Amino acid sequence: MKPHDEDRIKRMLQEALPPIEDQVEPTRDLWPAVLRKLDQKSGAPPWFDLALAAGLLGLTAFFPASIPVLLYYL
Amino acid sequence: MGSSPNSVLDEFRQGNPAAFETLFRDHQRTVYGWILRIVRNPAAAEDLTVETFWRIYRAHARIEPSRGFEGWARRIATHAALDWLRTVRPEDELPADLPSPIGADAAVSAEIRWKTTKAFGRLPPSLRIAALLTLIEEQPHKEVAAALGISVAAVKLRVYRALRLLRKDLVRQGITP
Repeated sequence: MKPHDEDRIKRMLQEALPPIEDQVEPTRDLWPAVLRKLDQKSGAPPWFDLALAAGLLGLTAFFPASIPVLLYYL
Repeated sequence: MGSSPNSVLDEFRQGNPAAFETLFRDHQRTVYGWILRIVRNPAAAEDLTVETFWRIYRAHARIEPSRGFEGWARRIATHAALDWLRTVRPEDELPADLPSPIGADAAVSAEIRWKTTKAFGRLPPSLRIAALLTLIEEQPHKEVAAALGISVAAVKLRVYRALRLLRKDLVRQGITP
């Protein structure tokens, strides 16, 4: 691709998608939303913890003999 | 708070919520502005700013105070924005009612602008983000590389590939750049 093509496409892009102004700010104070998100996410156990617990439950249900082995490693 | 930036960062690193709020108040506009440059959707940019600061708080123990907050936050924000770009369909983003630039070339018709926007939206997100920041927002390659966590050479390669794909798409639509 020639440099001239590059410049032309760049100009077309800037015409289609004008650069964002420097002085932009959110329409609302986002701090309460950050606090809410921190509260929500810290309360819920991570998905991999739940998956691990489900896996262990399944293992003990289908193979009860594995219970002493698991207890040994806990 | 009246403390030096480094002591705020040290306190934040130890998980001090007051230090986190200070950093949030000092940097939310910059982070929001950076994200808006990438996603070009004010509502999504606000949500992603919240997401970014949530990720920042979760990663507080990994900050290196000597390297400053802004670059680190920008990198996390860039990845949050990239995740968003990957989840939305091209037609859901880049709203068509974006204002025309002041002094826009009259020869570039609304149809060409529309087709260019569509073609740009069809680029893979990793190429689009590099092209957006470099070609449209005219950010230095070095800064874009740091934000994306890749080398300057990789940024240039992504921009080159984005331009080639764009050219191909525009030609297919009957526009010869």
